[in-house]
Amino acid sequence: MRLAALIPLLTVLLLAPLTTSAAPGDALTIPAAVQIQPAELAAILKAGNAPPILQVGFSVLYQQAHIPNSQFAGPGNKDDGLLNLKSHVDALPRDQLVVIYCGCCPWEKCPNIAAAYKQLVEMGFTKVRVLYLASNFGADWVDKGYPVTRGG
Amino acid sequence: MSRVLVLALLLGLAANASAKAPVKLKVGEPAPQFIRGDLQGRSFDLKAQRGKVVLIDFWASWCAPCIVAIPHLVQLQEKYGARGFQVVGVSMDDSAKITKETMQEIRFNYPVVPGDAKLGNLYGGVLGLPLQFLVGADGKILAIRSGDFPPTALDKEIAAALKKTVP
Repeated sequence: MRLAALIPLLTVLLLAPLTTSAAPGDALTIPAAVQIQPAELAAILKAGNAPPILQVGFSVLYQQAHIPNSQFAGPGNKDDGLLNLKSHVDALPRDQLVVIYCGCCPWEKCPNIAAAYKQLVEMGFTKVRVLYLASNFGADWVDKGYPVTRGG
Repeated sequence: MSRVLVLALLLGLAANASAKAPVKLKVGEPAPQFIRGDLQGRSFDLKAQRGKVVLIDFWASWCAPCIVAIPHLVQLQEKYGARGFQVVGVSMDDSAKITKETMQEIRFNYPVVPGDAKLGNLYGGVLGLPLQFLVGADGKILAIRSGDFPPTALDKEIAAALKKTVP
């Protein structure tokens, strides 16, 4: 009887690590130390030694424009998106530098980036950098003249 | 071998041309025309709105500030609709199904059409939301707003635009 009563609690505890969805505003919890500024990432791209870069936002945005050689791995606010992200990085060594970005909305309102960051950390990645896009990808990356690939 | 290289070069150039940067729209320019079936079962033709002040609201279900703005847009449609004001929502959700689910939760009193990368590019690239274009009765863009902004400012802009349309 006691065990039966504990089943719902145990179920919640077992499933807890799988539910990584973050609410808009959670981007503010991403440590400043792991954030990378657009100019810094652009310089890395220019130097020609870019790490894996993953877009964890929405496909309609990615289809219009994205960072060259970045892969669509989102959206971070959906379980499907997080599974997609996981499949993109699962084979990588956990000390591999990985950059993620979204830029769908103003940073503090982004529904994707914090969940994606959390997912990578939980997977054991120790060198995750999160591209800081204050307003959105258009204003903070494309309009600044940083390199872009158009089309899906 | 050289023919293969030339062909590869031509294909590369063609691919590059098809993926060129969209033209950034500016205030004073004509709003690009589009006709789309809306998610309420009718057709929306921007050209047919000529003579009205139109607010084109690019939004998505995942965009928190967009969702917050919708009730204000509904109010503005109610307030100014009879005077020749029309809101049209362009959903940038990844599927119409998601938009329809949102439309069951939020009351819309204006048409909502599904957007995509093609329509986004037509409007200079919709690479972040919220994004709104206020279009005058002459079909020219009066204002472009992106990011968070107060609805009171929009109210004033609409009122001013409607004043200009009065004969």
